[in-house]
Amino acid sequence: MVTQVAAARPLRRGLRIGQQRALWAYLFLAVPLLFFAGIRILPAISSLYISVHEWNIISPVRPYVGLANFQTLSGDPRFAHAAINTVRYVLVGIPAQMVLGLGLALLLQRIVRFRGLFRALYFMPFITPIVAASWVWQWMYSQHLGPLNKILLGVGLPAQGFLRDPDQALYAVAAMVVWQYLGFQVVIFLAGLEAIPRVYYEAAQVDGATGWRLFWRITLPLLNPTIVFSVVYSTIVYLQLFTQVLNMTFQDQGGPLATTLTLVLYVYQLGFQRFRMGEAAAATAILFVVILTITLLQMKILSKPVEY
Amino acid sequence: MAGRARGDPRVVLSYLILAAGSVVVAFPFIWMVASSLKPLTEIFDVRFLPTQPTLENYAEVLTRTQFPRWFANSLIIAAITTVSVAFFDALVGYALAKLQFPGRGLIFVLILATLMIPTEMLVIPWYIMSSANGWINTYWGIMFPGLITAFGIFLIRQFMSGVPDELLDAGRIDGVGEFGLFWRIALPQVKPAMAALCIFTFLGNWNAFLWPMIVIQTPNMRTLPVGLALFSGEAGSSWNLIMAGSALAIIPVLLVFLVLQRQIIEGIVLTGLRN
Repeated sequence: MVTQVAAARPLRRGLRIGQQRALWAYLFLAVPLLFFAGIRILPAISSLYISVHEWNIISPVRPYVGLANFQTLSGDPRFAHAAINTVRYVLVGIPAQMVLGLGLALLLQRIVRFRGLFRALYFMPFITPIVAASWVWQWMYSQHLGPLNKILLGVGLPAQGFLRDPDQALYAVAAMVVWQYLGFQVVIFLAGLEAIPRVYYEAAQVDGATGWRLFWRITLPLLNPTIVFSVVYSTIVYLQLFTQVLNMTFQDQGGPLATTLTLVLYVYQLGFQRFRMGEAAAATAILFVVILTITLLQMKILSKPVEY
Repeated sequence: MAGRARGDPRVVLSYLILAAGSVVVAFPFIWMVASSLKPLTEIFDVRFLPTQPTLENYAEVLTRTQFPRWFANSLIIAAITTVSVAFFDALVGYALAKLQFPGRGLIFVLILATLMIPTEMLVIPWYIMSSANGWINTYWGIMFPGLITAFGIFLIRQFMSGVPDELLDAGRIDGVGEFGLFWRIALPQVKPAMAALCIFTFLGNWNAFLWPMIVIQTPNMRTLPVGLALFSGEAGSSWNLIMAGSALAIIPVLLVFLVLQRQIIEGIVLTGLRN
């Protein structure tokens, strides 16, 4: 009845009602569209514009310099450090996060009681303010007085430098980041695991498959879209690491010897501590291209249908 | 997988590993609280727990720093931003899902495309814009970049698509205006998604650091994360104070988490897997 009337009305006054609704839609969209144009799209273009100019916030003269900022960056050892470190964070942190996350999700799937409690416990770091967590971890790693070294000394092992040791600092920061994202990863994997239809396991069990074979032949392949999504999402997060590094190495940002420095931290230092906006904008343009490439790759991989 | 007995050693082992893991994950929190209760004389002590627990560190952080002010700043900014995001994201999500108009597809793609622009790329233009307009060191300056989000629009649009057209048509027959259709009929249909959006927007803004760190210049305008970072940087080795400050920043969030746990975790699944 309702649909009949609704269908009959446009026949009579269709054009006018359609136009009226379109006007309402534009009215609803007006402020948000202005917002996206002014706060996202124009600034992004402006950032690209700044990246080809010599732009010092203090000086009013801002000459066009072509690709000079990109050339300066390519010859800048600190930029090279930042870029290599950022890739290392990805290569160290993401495999650890994936393996631990999947392992914990599989364990959680196996138990019935306390599942919610454990999940909540593992999830806590994810919603903890990053600045506060970073300072707690900085103290945990403290060379002489921190609890980790006290534990090591207590069991008769030598104390470690952690954040003060150029060979260990990046791993120490990565461990904190993994701690922070682990619970998120577990929740995503649990949802992925629950989406795998039971019948596949039952069918395989009838065929005599058990344990590891079930994992390799059924769980892992069917979890593939979840894994791809997680890897891409986490890669983008790790490529933008900033807050943890700044706060864990506050006195010597990105130290020791620039071994924990990340791209975004370097952008911050270039733009807002040394006021070299042109170079900072050039560095963000590079980051943009990298993130865009990864996102497009993900779309391509995930748009392939999964074959059961 | 099915029909495993209760005393199965593999299940027992699962519990043991999960319990050990959760102790490791919770250790920083326990350590933080234990340290924050220690008097200065005990802070470098070998003992894990304070022998003479004290609330002095909390009192000092609350009275000798502008911590209460930073807390209030964060609360105001996160609350206003959340209201703005909830309203505008829902409105745009509704229009894109339920209203027919020329250019709908193009507008949706344009908004989605802005998701690919990393924040870092925008902070320099935002800073230049803020300097030119006098927005530096103001609430508006801290908030403006986050007042509407492409992610939220995408999320709400997905859920609005599931609202039956018949419901809206029935409303039209009853003489409900176009805004009323959105506000009174469509919006109540997507409550779970709105709850998730509000929680994540609030937490995201409560924790935001990069842009606030850039745009804030005086101690009284600091948000909680910026205040904590700079205060901790200046506090030297007064780790008891830094830990009390960290606990004050973390504990309210954990309490909120305990209350809204189900919505938060379901929201993660909802939003995470819909990407």
